[in-house]
Amino acid sequence: MNIAVKALEKDARDAAYALPLDKINVAQGILFQTDTMWPYFERLRREDPVHYCADSEFGPYWSITKYNDIMAVDTNHQVFSSDFSLGGITIGGGAANQEPLPMFIAMDPPRHDIQRKVVTPVVSPANLQYLGPIIRERAGKILDSLPIGETFDWVDKVSIELTTMTLATLFDFPFEERRKLTYWSDVVTAVPGHGLIDTLEQKMAVLHEYHAYFTGLWNERVNATEVKGDLISMLAHNPATRNMEPREYFGNVVLLTVGGNDTTRNTITGSVLALNQNPDQYKKLRENPDLIASMVSETIRWQTPLAHMRRTATEDIEFQGKTIRKGDKVVMWYVSGNRDETVIERPNDYIVDRENPRRHISFGFGIHRCVGNRLAELQLQIIWEEIFKRFPVIEQVGEPQRVYSTFVKGYERLDVVIPKRL
Amino acid sequence: MPKIKYIEHNGKEHEVEVPEGYSVMEGAVKNLIPGIDADCGGACACATCHVFVDAAFAAKIPPKTDMEETMLDFAPEIQPNSRLSCQIKVTKELDGLIVRMPHSQH
Repeated sequence: MNIAVKALEKDARDAAYALPLDKINVAQGILFQTDTMWPYFERLRREDPVHYCADSEFGPYWSITKYNDIMAVDTNHQVFSSDFSLGGITIGGGAANQEPLPMFIAMDPPRHDIQRKVVTPVVSPANLQYLGPIIRERAGKILDSLPIGETFDWVDKVSIELTTMTLATLFDFPFEERRKLTYWSDVVTAVPGHGLIDTLEQKMAVLHEYHAYFTGLWNERVNATEVKGDLISMLAHNPATRNMEPREYFGNVVLLTVGGNDTTRNTITGSVLALNQNPDQYKKLRENPDLIASMVSETIRWQTPLAHMRRTATEDIEFQGKTIRKGDKVVMWYVSGNRDETVIERPNDYIVDRENPRRHISFGFGIHRCVGNRLAELQLQIIWEEIFKRFPVIEQVGEPQRVYSTFVKGYERLDVVIPKRL
Repeated sequence: MPKIKYIEHNGKEHEVEVPEGYSVMEGAVKNLIPGIDADCGGACACATCHVFVDAAFAAKIPPKTDMEETMLDFAPEIQPNSRLSCQIKVTKELDGLIVRMPHSQH
């Protein structure tokens, strides 16, 4: 870590501990973009783990910051609703011009359960067995095409490429146009004025184009005589979803695009970064590639690619000594739960052979637990198996560029050099 | 101490003694038996300790709670004898219990 980064970290710590507790507002994109949110969360976990912030750009909200409290909220879907009509699953949902789309992650039972079950077969053990060799072949080709001894952006050339190829296969999306999926997914989660998109109008125009494209795919699949096994065909032919409103179909498309894109992509990038920041762990992994599975889980914890999920209280409830009122916005900060020292030993350390690496909260718990968790792990596992067949080391060059978002915790760019092949 | 036999999807058998009061999931994890992930640590909040309970023991195990039903509902390869092993407490009556593991935990 360079001196400038260390100084930034110290400033953030001083600032986090100087504020009156009730003035702490962790929901600021800038904190995530500069990776300086950690001391704020540390302080909340220690001093006020169920914290009320009265004033933020997203309005008032509760922060749940400890692992077990997050699990308690996540598994109590009767009181803590995900429903889109109440604001859905992100802190920004429900604002005047950000009306959340209907999609199964933003629904409660029974509607959630019915729709989720329609798409689950795509990540069944049988389908993962089918996808594994395809992903491996692609990973190999991607890695073989990388320049040696030259700086390049790992995010663009590897993380995006591999995950978008997988996503295109799941949708049976025209393969040559697969980068549209990346672009649309990025636009969905982009905060206007911070890079990709300047204004809300511009964002809506892109979403319109995205919706129109997928409407075309729906029409093609719904009219097909032979039913294929891709996600759109599943939705178009299942009795539970084939009569969905166009807006609801689009909501589910958005969910599956973002869910399959950002998360795995940013964890792949995170793995390169974490190993570079922890050379002893990189060495341990190189000397014992059997640790890849454990490293993958540790990276998913360490990265926490989605920083939070939001719920809305459906009734007044006493929770850890606080009174959460009906209608209040409740934010579960997974990024903080994964650093909870009362549950995870040495949580700030990256340990590839950690004793219980699967114990993390990045996938969530309860009925909304990530449906694609095993596909994500599979892609991470395969890319590292293939990396170790080819490259002794991938060197990080300079600091990563991080995303301005309180939701997607990820990277826009990570420059690396591969000095040589094996 | 009650004996429990865990059978992996590939047929490999592990017979271990599990103290009363432990869950069937803990019996597997503490004996390093592969095939049961138990990501949530026994909170009935994921479905990664899914097992198939041998028919002879079905009646000796208390029925599923709503939460267990719900979590199992999202697991692949569900059968009528599917259970979450974190929700089965080991008792004397379960001596000789046989559980089989699915292809993978999800």
